[in-house]
Amino acid sequence: MALDSKIPKGPLTDKWTQHKSNINLVSPANKRLIDVIVVGTGLAGASASATLAELGYNVKTFCFQDSPRRAHSIAAQGGINAAKNYQGDGDSTYRLFYDTIKGGDYRSREANVHRLAEVSTNIIDQCVAQGVPFARDYGGLLDNRSFGGVLVSRTFYAKGQTGQQLLLGAYSAMNRQIGRGKIKMYNRHEMMDLVLVDGKARGIIARNLVNGKLERHSAHAVVIASGGYGNVFFLSTNAMGSNVSAAWKIHKKGAHFANPCFTQIHPTCIPVSGEHQSKLTLMSESLRNDGRIWVPKKLDDVKAIREGKLKPTEIAEEDRDYYLERRYPAFGNLVPRDVASRAAKERCDEGYGVNKTGEAVYLDFAASIERYGKEQAHVKGLDENDAALVKKLGQDVVRAKYGNLFQMYEKIVDQNPYETPMMIYPAVHYTMGGVWVDYNLMTSIPGCYAIGEANFSDHGANRLGASALMQGLADGYFVLPYTIGDYLAEDIRAGTIDTDLPEFEKAEASVKAQLDAFVNNKGTHTVDYYHKILGKIMWDKCGMSRNIKGLKEAITEIKALREDFYKNVKVPGTTSEFNPELAKAARVADFLELGELFAKDALERNESCGGHFREESQTPEGEALRDDENFTFVSAWEYKGEPSKAKLHKEQLDYEEIEVKTRSYK
Amino acid sequence: MNLTLKVWRQANADAKGKMETYQMSEVSPDMSFLEMMDVLNEELIEKGIDPVAFDHDCREGICGMCSMFINGEAHGPDRLITTCQLHMRKFKDGDTITIEPFRAKAFPVIKDLTVDRSSFDRIQQAGGFVSVNTSGNTQDANAIPIDKHDADKAFDAATCIGCGACVATCKNASAMLFVSAKVSQYALLPQGKVEATDRVLNMVNQMDEEGFGNCTNTGACEVECPKGISLENIARMNREYLYASLKG
Repeated sequence: MALDSKIPKGPLTDKWTQHKSNINLVSPANKRLIDVIVVGTGLAGASASATLAELGYNVKTFCFQDSPRRAHSIAAQGGINAAKNYQGDGDSTYRLFYDTIKGGDYRSREANVHRLAEVSTNIIDQCVAQGVPFARDYGGLLDNRSFGGVLVSRTFYAKGQTGQQLLLGAYSAMNRQIGRGKIKMYNRHEMMDLVLVDGKARGIIARNLVNGKLERHSAHAVVIASGGYGNVFFLSTNAMGSNVSAAWKIHKKGAHFANPCFTQIHPTCIPVSGEHQSKLTLMSESLRNDGRIWVPKKLDDVKAIREGKLKPTEIAEEDRDYYLERRYPAFGNLVPRDVASRAAKERCDEGYGVNKTGEAVYLDFAASIERYGKEQAHVKGLDENDAALVKKLGQDVVRAKYGNLFQMYEKIVDQNPYETPMMIYPAVHYTMGGVWVDYNLMTSIPGCYAIGEANFSDHGANRLGASALMQGLADGYFVLPYTIGDYLAEDIRAGTIDTDLPEFEKAEASVKAQLDAFVNNKGTHTVDYYHKILGKIMWDKCGMSRNIKGLKEAITEIKALREDFYKNVKVPGTTSEFNPELAKAARVADFLELGELFAKDALERNESCGGHFREESQTPEGEALRDDENFTFVSAWEYKGEPSKAKLHKEQLDYEEIEVKTRSYK
Repeated sequence: MNLTLKVWRQANADAKGKMETYQMSEVSPDMSFLEMMDVLNEELIEKGIDPVAFDHDCREGICGMCSMFINGEAHGPDRLITTCQLHMRKFKDGDTITIEPFRAKAFPVIKDLTVDRSSFDRIQQAGGFVSVNTSGNTQDANAIPIDKHDADKAFDAATCIGCGACVATCKNASAMLFVSAKVSQYALLPQGKVEATDRVLNMVNQMDEEGFGNCTNTGACEVECPKGISLENIARMNREYLYASLKG
């Protein structure tokens, strides 16, 4: 099947407006006859559910957690971008569009990104109307801050809990519709498979996680909003339950999977402390507004620090290497995430890492604390030369901005970041790759849509900070509810889809067979045993730096691990009870397939772009080197029985508006 | 560290539960409490014993899913954190740790330490929202300036993670802190004022229907709340409720 991105004709700035005016609509009376399934209740899924229900569709929404409010969007910290230009610092729709394309290293679609920038301002209006308590200044107006890879302040925030506040806003919009009976909410339900009837998405098989029962749910369209697949690395900043299964199941039913190797490794996470580690914790990028990143200049100092003989605060200013400020003077500590992560790895690989494992750098707030302290002392008419007073006043300012993050750090690491620099190291955080979708956010399966992090569409090879929340809400509130109508307009006479159809029966039987096989396997190793090995392969060979040899090994090793998993995995309990280990087994089975496709995709893309760094493709200074002539395309993989047989389709990326250039933050 | 764990085991909602004892050795002080539980479960699976079911997801203290009652306290001995952020350095070698689910009539046990908190969702569905359509055609976000003081207070109330520690802690299993946090968030903002009367009446009514107990102002909920939601919110909700009742 050829890829048709269905990008509307006409000038870039008019495409979305024109498209909205021209697509088919469903009348209010007919919307009542149409059912839509939404899988996932993060920003994308919750906002889509709410809006579809408001429009009049009958919505059924599924989440595996005990409540839709738990979805992992809740953990997003720093903020959400919008081209409001409230600061009057030169921002515009075009600049947000441009920054996003450039930040994504010229591997995303112009039309999609421009639409995202256009609707970004509506999101802020909408959220404020819903009572989302964004940060405000003393004049009562909304405050902004700056994020990596941009030179304006366009990020709206609610302390370090922006994701929580936005998600609770979307959750409240959903609750209103649940109360009205327009959304039927299925908590603790996991989508196990997609059901196709006559080639169209017509429903899902879901498992009630409380009693283990398999359920058939039909609809006229199915929306996948199940998030990203960072947990393929085992250790990531994703929630423990975050998984690829819904996206992977639709891939196996015919949806192409795009750019699986495009992963974001976030530069500021709390370093790994030991073997028992179950997940990693992010320290928001917003901290790079006020924190300076450094390692010691002298290896002797590094040694003394690791042995506990020297404290970082004792190292003189001239003996510190603020390597981001040194290498990238224009953007300094606010370079994009991929650049910051690789620079940290470079220093640590050279032996300058500052903790026992050698994998940590400092994020230091001392300079900001002093700067803010002096400012406050001046405003209050106090002594600006009183060091203790200045420090206290400065700490109060930092506490007001990042208090919850500092508290979180202290609880995990047992050090006080107001007094000593934080230690940070890159960790897997977000996946730009995902299900391939056209301009309407429809996958290659008619009637099956993918939104939010689950799709591949807007961030290219690297996502800018505070853009994930923007995309999730844009897709859910303002894009999908329009575009889905174009498809459903032809379905108004379909009537309710019968769940007794043989297609449902067959899908249910195959799910049952897989689950039975797990509990009857009586193997020797736990699910986590396999997940940890997979994670190590992925981190070592498909992580921040990739090469041909490692990727080939990864492919072979993951395939062998998958075979061993099916032979020897041990899943306790039965299929007819609350059994978290069984749910985990089904998710890890999918990661074991995705991981192989991931490595295959990384091997195929013999260039460095954004978060994908191939050692074979770099400049003499070690910066990423793109190959625009050969790789200006989206890799869309078609499932052919197993990952190694997946067929590559290329969607060429045409840049009409933007001149493709080498990305420079120097 | 070597530890003795006494863990509540209950096969399902209808089964009779009891405490079981497990020995743990070589526990690192840097482990989080849930990582210690992961190790326990790995050991149980290898021995052919059913692992302990417990809710958890984000493991960074924000999703509100983890919910253990540890040594008689919701989320254990530390303050202003959830169970997932509790670290083993808070315990000593040789300690005995008692682990139970969040108990309340409105939080029935599903299995072991996992409880059903959908009653919280139903309270939110009764009125925890502003009735604005998600059309994007609202007025400009900066059209209504909001006093920073009020905005900050609304934010503080809005940081409730819906974990249920307040209910589990309260001797009456009251949900007043949870409900008042949402009522306060909207009561403090102009956007929420329009529906304030219906909201507080409907949410309180749903809270009573779910079987939560009454508030007797002991303040235990505030102490155990991982987000430090203030008792002030309960006072504000009481005022809102009184006003709404008189008006209604």
